[in-house]
Amino acid sequence: MEGKKARDPWVLLLLPSLVWLGLFFFVPLVIILVISVLQRGEAGVVHWQLDFSAYARLFETANVRAILRSMLIAAVTTGFCLLVGYPLAYYIARRSSRWRQWLHFLVLLPLWTNSIVLMYAWIILLRHEGIFENILAFFGWANAGTILYTPAAIVIGLSYWYLPFMVYPIYNSVEKFDFTLMEAAHDLGATRFQAFHKILLPLTMPGVIAGTLLVFISSLGTFVVPFMLGGDKTLMFGNLIQQRFLSIPQDWPLGAALSVIMLVLISSGIGYYLKITKRHA
Amino acid sequence: MSNNFSKKRTQIKYEQRRPALWDRLLDPLLSINAWLTYLFLYLPIAILIMFSFSASSFSTVWGGFSVEWYIKLFHDAEIAAALRNTLIVASVSTLMATLIGTMAALAITKFRFRGQNMIEATLNLPIILPDIVQGISLLILFALILNISRGLGTIIIAHVVFNIAYVAIIVGARLRGFDRSLEEASMDLGATPWQTFWKITFPLIWPGILSAALLAFTLSLDEFVITFFVTGPGATTLPIEIYSLIKRGVTPEINALTTLMLLVSILLVSLSILLQRRRLS
Amino acid sequence: MKKYAIIGVLVIVIGVALWLYLGPKILAPISESSRLAKELHLFIWEEYLDPQVKADFEKEFDVKIIEDNYGSNEELLAKLQAGGSGYDVIVPSDYTVRMMSRQNLLAELNLKNIPNLTHIGEKFKNLEFDPKNQYSVPYMWGTTGIGYNKKTVGEAPTSWASLFDPAKLEPYKGRLSMLNDARECIGAALLYLGFSPNTTDSAQLEAAKQVLLKQKEYVAKFDSESFEDSLASNEMFLAQGWSGEITIAQGANADIGFVIPQEGSLIFLDNLAIPKSSKNQYTAEIFINYLLKPEVSAKIVNTRLYASPNETARTLIKPDILNGPSYTMPAGVRLYWLEDVGSAADLYEKIWLEVKGQ
Repeated sequence: MEGKKARDPWVLLLLPSLVWLGLFFFVPLVIILVISVLQRGEAGVVHWQLDFSAYARLFETANVRAILRSMLIAAVTTGFCLLVGYPLAYYIARRSSRWRQWLHFLVLLPLWTNSIVLMYAWIILLRHEGIFENILAFFGWANAGTILYTPAAIVIGLSYWYLPFMVYPIYNSVEKFDFTLMEAAHDLGATRFQAFHKILLPLTMPGVIAGTLLVFISSLGTFVVPFMLGGDKTLMFGNLIQQRFLSIPQDWPLGAALSVIMLVLISSGIGYYLKITKRHA
Repeated sequence: MSNNFSKKRTQIKYEQRRPALWDRLLDPLLSINAWLTYLFLYLPIAILIMFSFSASSFSTVWGGFSVEWYIKLFHDAEIAAALRNTLIVASVSTLMATLIGTMAALAITKFRFRGQNMIEATLNLPIILPDIVQGISLLILFALILNISRGLGTIIIAHVVFNIAYVAIIVGARLRGFDRSLEEASMDLGATPWQTFWKITFPLIWPGILSAALLAFTLSLDEFVITFFVTGPGATTLPIEIYSLIKRGVTPEINALTTLMLLVSILLVSLSILLQRRRLS
Repeated sequence: MKKYAIIGVLVIVIGVALWLYLGPKILAPISESSRLAKELHLFIWEEYLDPQVKADFEKEFDVKIIEDNYGSNEELLAKLQAGGSGYDVIVPSDYTVRMMSRQNLLAELNLKNIPNLTHIGEKFKNLEFDPKNQYSVPYMWGTTGIGYNKKTVGEAPTSWASLFDPAKLEPYKGRLSMLNDARECIGAALLYLGFSPNTTDSAQLEAAKQVLLKQKEYVAKFDSESFEDSLASNEMFLAQGWSGEITIAQGANADIGFVIPQEGSLIFLDNLAIPKSSKNQYTAEIFINYLLKPEVSAKIVNTRLYASPNETARTLIKPDILNGPSYTMPAGVRLYWLEDVGSAADLYEKIWLEVKGQ
C-alpha cells in the first residue's frame, strides 16, 4: 500500500528537478519580469527605477501588428500541419506492422538533420535561379516568380520543421486506438465520416491537442525561419523580442515586456484550448 | 439505414466494404497525401545529399561528381571541434536530464500529494516558453547576476532545463499506462518498494525511458537559439558553427556532414528494427 | 524491449568513443607565468582574418588563438553587455566603438605596445568616435554602394534612384536586396532625397520613411550577410552592399559591378579593440600590433579583399584590388561617417520597425 510514508520518497525524487528548474528556469523568468518594469537606460541597458512605460511602448501599432501577424502565421502553420499530419498518422497506423515502423521512423528522421541546413536547402529550392524555378521554366513557365521571402515561405519552412511534432503525438494516439470500434460502428450503419467524427477523433484527441499545442507555440516564438526564409521582411513576435534585446538602439524593458506578454498569451491560450477540447474527451 | 446484423462480418475488413464514392476516394487520397508528404519532407534532404557530392563550392550549381567535401570534412578542425562540443553537451545533458526527469515522473505518477497538478504543470513549462525568451533570460542570469563565464557548462545547464520537461512527460505517460497490479502483487509477496521498482517497474518502463533519452539527445543536438545566447569562447556547437558557415554560403562540407549524420541514424535504427524482427520471428 | 537497449548502448558507446577520441579539455586554464598568455580569445567577423596570418602569429609568438565569429555589431554588443565575455580581442565598427566606450566596456589601450599604429593613414586615425585612439585601432575600412549585375541591369546605376525610383525598379522587382541595417537603409533613402544620413530632422526622416515604404514591394530581402552570394549566383540583380563583399562577389562572377552613387554614401571603419573584462591585455596588444605590420596587413587584404587603412602596406597590395571596389573612392562624391544621432535614434528605430512591419 503506497502513500503510507509517502512524504519522504516523493520529496527526494522531486527535489532535483524542482531545484534545477527553479534556479535555471523560474529565476530567469522573474528576472525578465523585473526588467520589464524597469526604466530603459542609455543604450537600452536598464536603470534601477520602477517604470511601467515599457508596456505602453508595447502597444504601439507596429508591435501589435507583428504579434497578430505571428499568431496568424502560427495558426496557418498549425492548421496545415494538422490537415496533412493527421491523415498521415492514420495512414501509417493502418499499415501492416512491417511498414509501420519504417514509415514512422521516416517521419521522424528529418529531426536528425540540422534544421538550419534544411532551411538553406529550402532557399536553394525556392530562390530565383533555384531548382523549382528551373523546373517551371522547363515546363514553359519562365519568370513565374518565387514565393521565397514571402510569408508563404515562412509557413512552408515552419510546417517543414514542425510536422514531425504534429505527427508524433497523433500517431501515438492513433496507434493505441482499437479499430474494431470502427467496424462496430459500421455494423451499426454509420458512414466513415460519422465513425471518424464520433469515435476516432474523440479518442485520438489527446494526441491532436498535444500536436497542435506544440506546433502553435513553437511557431509563435520562432525567429530563425522568418529571418532566413522570410528575408527578414516579415516581422514576427520572436524577431521583435530579439531586436529589442540585440538591435541598436536596444530596449531591454520592452523586450522583457514582450516576453511577458508572450508567456501570458500562450498560457491563457493553452488554458482556454484545453477547456474547450475537454468536452470532446 | 439498413440493418446489417444478419450478414457475415468476420472476414470482411472494415475498409473493404462496398463503399460510397467518398469512401472509395478516401484510401487513395490518404495514400496520395502520405506520399506527397514524404516527398515534401525529403526533397530538401535529397538536395542536400546531392550537393554534398558536387564539385562546385557554390551550393546552387552542380559541378560534377566529387567526394572532395567528405575528405575536406575529415580535415576540418573547426567542424571537428564543434562536433565534439555538441556530442559532449548532448550526452551529458541527456544523462542528467533523463535521471532527473525520470525521478520527477515517478514522483508525479506514483504518489499523491498536495499541489500535484500544479507541480506537474510546472514541469511542462519549459516546453511552452519560446526558446528565445529562455535564451535571453539565461544569458542575463549567467552574465549579469551570477557572473560566471559562459561555455560548455552553461550550455549543458540550459539543455538540461528543457530536456527535464520532455523526459518527465514521456516517462510519465509511460508510467500512467502502466499496470499497477503488477507492483501491488509484488509488494503483497513481500518485496520492498526498492526491489519492486528495480525488478518490476523499471524493466517495463525502460523502453519509455530510452525513447525519452533519445528524444532529449536529438533535441540537444540540434538546439540553436538557447545555445546561441549562453555560449562562450571556444564553446561553439555544431548548429552555431553551421549557422555562421551558411551565412557565407559555404555549405558543401556541411552537406557532407549532414549526409553522414543521417546515414548513422538510419543505420542505428534499421539495425534495431531488424534485430527486433529477428527476435519476433 | 531489447531493441531500445541496443540503441541505447550503441549511442552511449559511440558517444563515449568519440568523446575520448576527439579529446577533452572543456575549460583550458590560462597560465599566469609568462608575460604572454598561452591563449588569446578572438571574437571577429566571419572570414575577416586570414587563417595563414593566424597560423603565422601562433608560430612566431607561441600563443594559441581561439577564434569565434559573429555576424553583426549587435551580436557583439549584446555579448559584451552581458558581461564577462571571455574575449580578448574584438572587432567593432566605428559606431559600436562609440557605444562601447560610453558604456565602459572597452579597455584603454597602451599604445606603447602598438608602435605599428604609425603605418595607419592619417585620415583613419583620431576620428570622432574615438578621438585619441584610446580604445581602438583601425583594422579594415569599406564603403556602402550598389552592387549590380552588368548583364541584366540595363544601364549602370549612378544614383540611389536605381534603388528607390519605382520606375527604375519595375523590371527588377523581387531581385533587389537591401542591407539589414536601419542606419544604412534610412541613410540611403535620406541621401537619395538630398539630405544627410545623420540628420535628426523629423520631417526629413518622415520623407525617407515614405521612400522606403514605397520601395518595399520591390525588395526581395533584407540581408547584410549573404548579399554577395546572392549577386554572384544571379539570384539578385541589384543589391545595397559593402565594397569588400562585392569585391569577393566579383571574384566569383565577373559580371558584377560596383558603384558609389553620386549623391554620396557611407564609409565605415572596423577596429581592433580589447574588452575591459579581458585578462590578457598585453598579449592582445601584441597581436593587434602584429596585425598592423605592413606585410601582415597586405597579406590580409590580398586574401580577404577588404581595404586596409595601412598606408605603408599599399605597395604590397595587388594592383587589381587597389583598383577594385574595395578601394573605390570616386572624386566629387561625398562619403559620410555614421554619426551618433542622439535621441533621434528612437525615431530611426521606429521608422525601421514600420518598414519591416508593413
